[in-house]
Amino acid sequence: MNAAKIHQKIAFFILGLVTLIVVIPILMIIFYIVKNSIGAINWEFITQAPRNGMREGGIFPAIVGTIVLVVGTMLFSLPLSVLSAIYLVEYAKDNFFTRLIKLSVVNLSGIPSIIYGLFGFTLFVLFLKLGTSILAGSLTLAIMSLPVIITATKEALESVPLSFREISLSLGATKWQTVRYCVLPYAIPGILTGTVLSLSRAAGETAPILFTVAAFYLPRLPRTVFDQVMALPYHLYVISTQVPNMPMKLSFATCFVLIALVFLMNLVSVILRAHFRKKKIW
Amino acid sequence: MGEFLFGRNWLPISEPPKFGIVPLVLGSIYVTVGAIVICVPVGVAAAMFIAEVAPNSLKHILKSLVEILASIPSVVLGFIGIVWLSPFLKNTFELPTGMCGLTGSLLLAFMALPTIISISEDALVSVPRTYKEAAFGLGATRWQTLWRIVLPSALSGIIAGVMLGIGRVIGETMVVMMVTGNSPVVPKSILRPLRTLTATIAGEMGETVSGSEHYFALFAVGLVLFIITFIINFIADSFLRRAKK
Repeated sequence: MNAAKIHQKIAFFILGLVTLIVVIPILMIIFYIVKNSIGAINWEFITQAPRNGMREGGIFPAIVGTIVLVVGTMLFSLPLSVLSAIYLVEYAKDNFFTRLIKLSVVNLSGIPSIIYGLFGFTLFVLFLKLGTSILAGSLTLAIMSLPVIITATKEALESVPLSFREISLSLGATKWQTVRYCVLPYAIPGILTGTVLSLSRAAGETAPILFTVAAFYLPRLPRTVFDQVMALPYHLYVISTQVPNMPMKLSFATCFVLIALVFLMNLVSVILRAHFRKKKIW
Repeated sequence: MGEFLFGRNWLPISEPPKFGIVPLVLGSIYVTVGAIVICVPVGVAAAMFIAEVAPNSLKHILKSLVEILASIPSVVLGFIGIVWLSPFLKNTFELPTGMCGLTGSLLLAFMALPTIISISEDALVSVPRTYKEAAFGLGATRWQTLWRIVLPSALSGIIAGVMLGIGRVIGETMVVMMVTGNSPVVPKSILRPLRTLTATIAGEMGETVSGSEHYFALFAVGLVLFIITFIINFIADSFLRRAKK
């Protein structure tokens, strides 16, 4: 064996070792959360409201709150992002204005979530006088999700072959008919995958909902869209930093439910992608 | 204005209040630099392993694990930091408190890894095959090819990934708010409690009267943060563009 081969062995061994350093903590964290929460997860924990300053009972209002916020976020962000992506890909001419929009979308995706929280607080809570409400929180999370869904939709639309559009147009269809019947149906899988992924991120975010919707302790369900709600990530933040003598196993169980929800949504997007890929005909 | 940018005291509720963001900017810099030192070499090495060394089956497992890490909400990592990492660091290094800059740096490095790994891996994989074949043809080993040919060719993409990772680190709020000890003083070292720009906004915005001086000071902090992340994203974007050509 010559020197170069020995070098290679050593180098690859080090690379493998470093990768192990990345991977092991991930597995340890998941194992640690599962191990510590296993005793506290039961039917009561998932379906009851918290009691005794959150030190007993369950997290049902927080679960409902997070689901309500995710649905609200989807209602606002999905139509807006799909329409603007269709405009950008199918209609917009390549001029200064279009480039400005594309640049803004790229930059929006890199803005810290706390800035979205600050923006949502001023615009929706104070200026539009929506108060700290489901409406304000959903709108804030929706704006945060916009760039991700727009980018996913753009990629999905761009991956539909150009010949589909040419054939439709040559048969006398209008531009909109072409987009509606010959492009959009084939882009749906990509759009759905991107949407579910961005919603799973919205479900786990804490900073944007801090001042726009999250309630510290509210052991009942929301009645209107102007109510505050508890939300899982904020609840986890509160019980791990603000509540003294919090039983550890409840914190771990909350952690587990939050992670399970986020993983479930990721799994849905993986399954969707695999399902539609099989049906792809071109 | 000058007092805001160069003041060394952040005392929003004292009389008279002082709004100097130097301690907060330094807090952000300490935590970010600490995170970069850890996550850049580790992330690039892991990307090299996944892209060029690992066999196919292992590659899929590693990539899914990195995706799992990317999907863990930040508040969960903050919680892990409180119950696990900070007591561990406190006992290991015999610190007065585990709630310090280092704890934040470690967790943030961990959070930035998926971004760095996945973008660097894409960049490494998209290096044209012919480059590698030419190197092999000249008798280079796989390692020599990876180190001298593939890595330099993928450099633009890797830098873009690193910049996006840094952007994520600077903008992260919940983790630093939960584990860095929340003390807005000029930090003496990374082993002391400190507070970042993001944690200041998140921690104080809920308690201010809208329209007060404190309220506008927090918005100014937000603006500073926005400008920093904007510049970082702009650099990342220009490197991504260069990598595509």
